[in-house]
Amino acid sequence: MSADTEADRDWETVIGLEVHCELATQTKLFCGCPNAFGDEPNTNVCPVCLGLPGSLPVINAQAVELAMRIGTALHCEILPSSFARKNYFYPDQAKDYQISQYDEPINANGSLALPDGAVIGVTRAHLEEDTGKLTHVGAGGRINSAHHALVDYNRSGVPLVEIVSEPDIRSAAQARAYASELRGILVATGASDGRMEEGSMRIDANVSVRPAGAGEFGTRCEIKNLNSLRSLGRAIEYEVARQIALIDAGEVVRQETRHWDEAAGRTESMRSKEEANDYRYFPEPDLVPLVPDAAWQGRVKAAMGPLPAERRALLRQALGGSPGEAQVDQIRAVVDLDLDAFVLHAVAAGAQATIALARTANELAAEGEKGRRLARELFTAIVLMETRGELSATQFKAVLSATIENEGVTIPMSAAIEGQSSMTAELTVVEVVRRLGFEALGADSLANVVAEVIAAHPDEWKRYVEGDDKVSGVFVGAVMKATKGQADGAKVMAELRRLRG
Amino acid sequence: MSSAREVAAAVRSKERSAREVTEAALAAVAGRDGELHAFLEVLGDEALAAADAVDAAIARGEDPGPLAGVPIALKDNLCTRGIPTTCASKILEGWRPPYDATVVELLRAAGAIALGKTNMDEFAMGSSTENSAFGPTRNPHCTERVPGGSSGGSAAAVAAGFVPLGLGSDTGGSIRQPAALCGVVGMKPTYGRVSRYGLVAFASSLDQVGPFAANVEDAALLFDVLAHHDPRDTTSLRHSGPPTHDAVAGGVDGVRVGVCPDLIEGCAPDVAARVYEAAEALRAAGAHVEEIRVPEFAYGLSAYYLIAPAEASSNLARYDGVRYGLRVEADDAAAMNTATRTAGFGAEVKRRIMLGTYALSAGYYDAYYAQAQRVRTMVVEAFGRAYASVDVLLGATAPTTAFALGDKVDDPMAMYMNDVCTIPSNLAGHPALSVPFGAGADGLPVGVQVLAPALEEALLFRVARAVEAGAPATAWSP
Repeated sequence: MSADTEADRDWETVIGLEVHCELATQTKLFCGCPNAFGDEPNTNVCPVCLGLPGSLPVINAQAVELAMRIGTALHCEILPSSFARKNYFYPDQAKDYQISQYDEPINANGSLALPDGAVIGVTRAHLEEDTGKLTHVGAGGRINSAHHALVDYNRSGVPLVEIVSEPDIRSAAQARAYASELRGILVATGASDGRMEEGSMRIDANVSVRPAGAGEFGTRCEIKNLNSLRSLGRAIEYEVARQIALIDAGEVVRQETRHWDEAAGRTESMRSKEEANDYRYFPEPDLVPLVPDAAWQGRVKAAMGPLPAERRALLRQALGGSPGEAQVDQIRAVVDLDLDAFVLHAVAAGAQATIALARTANELAAEGEKGRRLARELFTAIVLMETRGELSATQFKAVLSATIENEGVTIPMSAAIEGQSSMTAELTVVEVVRRLGFEALGADSLANVVAEVIAAHPDEWKRYVEGDDKVSGVFVGAVMKATKGQADGAKVMAELRRLRG
Repeated sequence: MSSAREVAAAVRSKERSAREVTEAALAAVAGRDGELHAFLEVLGDEALAAADAVDAAIARGEDPGPLAGVPIALKDNLCTRGIPTTCASKILEGWRPPYDATVVELLRAAGAIALGKTNMDEFAMGSSTENSAFGPTRNPHCTERVPGGSSGGSAAAVAAGFVPLGLGSDTGGSIRQPAALCGVVGMKPTYGRVSRYGLVAFASSLDQVGPFAANVEDAALLFDVLAHHDPRDTTSLRHSGPPTHDAVAGGVDGVRVGVCPDLIEGCAPDVAARVYEAAEALRAAGAHVEEIRVPEFAYGLSAYYLIAPAEASSNLARYDGVRYGLRVEADDAAAMNTATRTAGFGAEVKRRIMLGTYALSAGYYDAYYAQAQRVRTMVVEAFGRAYASVDVLLGATAPTTAFALGDKVDDPMAMYMNDVCTIPSNLAGHPALSVPFGAGADGLPVGVQVLAPALEEALLFRVARAVEAGAPATAWSP
């Protein structure tokens, strides 16, 4: 299955995505239980989220606020909204109905611009509650052969926002770009941690194909269980090829819900349209309509930080001129990882922007992946040393790692440390460099070593000054020996050329 | 038995201890409830412990609350922590809630003593208490007759003199109709005045908890304890009026009473006669009495029997055997659901779940549920027009006096007709009350219904007190 199939000139792919995002609230949507991942099963529960008889839901204001932030970031209209009940029986559904927004969503009619300029319509972004989680036990844990199932209601009632796109997406790659950009927005607005591996962001894709240029949509299939960007891309490519093959073979695509089997790399039929549930939606009588007033909406907008697109623009601006392809990727990565403040901090302190960006996107990001943290001021101090030529690229990595080991703090990288002055940071880093034995490489020190080597090799220096470039190897070798190999060959050459005049 | 006000006064002044009062109530229950079956669960030890706590508080000089030492009967759809709460259904048999309903907390804080959990139609669906999975309750005035329903157990417990006060819930008349049939006062507050937190839902947009008492003044006393904003119920109102109890004796001079033939004409002649006599009593007490027609009330019953089952079909979905209550084991989760619900629900509950599921189904929603909501709006607007010219409405509560056990169990439509006069107030969310007024041809109690606009409980009690004062003496009059 390759992307080429999908790019087949005879066919156009039409995709709409439904993204379920778990909101990063302190408590659940309708009760005071903690909204936490990974706790002991059935410890974060109460009569409300267990759906006990007589319990009633009370809406969480923080969830409404985060939903409004998402709506604002997606250029939606924020509307008076209401809740409905979606009725279906399933053991992970504590009340055997889900409280969701149906015909009156809080956000509607928005859009999301992709980094390449394409604009995808956002139909709606509405609030709803999550279900509990089923674990099938026995016979390998597969649904069909399980002996029994266990239910954990810790997730029951966790707030979700479901973001529904228009069928504006035209390829698997674009679907990935949309999901990636959306994830960045969710993280940037503080609405979600965006961790797909923990289920914080779950995607269903509606996929259809039609002859290129056709006006009507083909029959669509909904693909469930897409838990990573990679799955999203693979599943769409598989599904597009499957549908085209069906049509080419003279068969028809049936409207159905399909399950993505990551291990097998294929989609499988779950249920057809005829088997689809009748959810019997009706207005939730236990909740009054939600009408956020203009003042509240205003406060939410005012409290929002810049979105990924604006943040990428700031980085481009810091680089001056137009960034190369590698730098475009670095800018994306740095914003996605919420590390752009490090680049801007270093640049503001006088660091060279390309160095600051590359070091953030590569070395700092790598440390972050290992869960290691560092104050911005320390990072800036190290980048400044490289900018001044006091550290090589290789040494940067060692200094960064050692600084984190000595000074690492357990706060998010994006948070500034109060009271950590740039002076203190610089002294800290200088000390780390000294301990690593790199201090000989300071610009002044390197000049001293080169001067000593020249003094020790007067004949060779005479030949070099007369134009014999080959003899420079003697000086470089001697400097390397003196510095135990830590010197930067290029810088030694530069110093030699400078002294030759 | 003395009134709730008298009991509380005697307990507060240490004339009687709460323990003595409670022991007397328990003895009365032990003496006759084998015959009546008002209670599903009598709380002997718990009630005595609560009474001792009240007595101890009084001994320490603390304020024991306005209902100090007053025994009260709780309908078994109100959650009581650690105490079985069954809704008279096999599907909840043995379930002990881990929490108290807000009204139960308020009663305890007011010094009341929960004497037990009372019988009801299963999940409050019925008008005779014959739909209880645990056997019917009998009318204390004639044990061959039903007490009405669905709150028949609480009504019977007050009528039998077991307790001065009871709590019921009223979705389509489930407090007022049994109050009428048992000859006691029963009141449905404005929707939102009393918290629904811990009331096991039947039809959420209609359910409201309210008081039973032997007289209007006691009903007002209990209402004042119950009527509080509750942050755990978002449909709970923030309204806080002055205590209604203080206004009960205010009289009806100048009050405009609209006698509503649409709430009388379908009733038995003896019942209709009592309503017109009650109107005369109000006129004699200084009220302006006039006739006012509200023909839209006729559509209330049909709308109600779509909206209430629709909400019930969703509210009762959770009884699936997974988390609590009855479970009938089967091969997979879906089969277990079906087996549990088939075994756990009675016929009337199943009938309403099916009706409601149908009314909400794709393709039928607009013709049934949505249409019923439009009718509901029409009824609300009709009330508004009526209240432009009168202050309260007067009608019958139930079409007849108490009917015989078994009379209507096989005829759901005849049973549903019992709610025809009470349903409009539920649809509108308005307060209404049934107050005894004489007897029917069979010598059994008749209830007259007073209806008032939203939040006008004080006026409602005032008019009801005037009806009560003008009522003819009966064998069971206090």
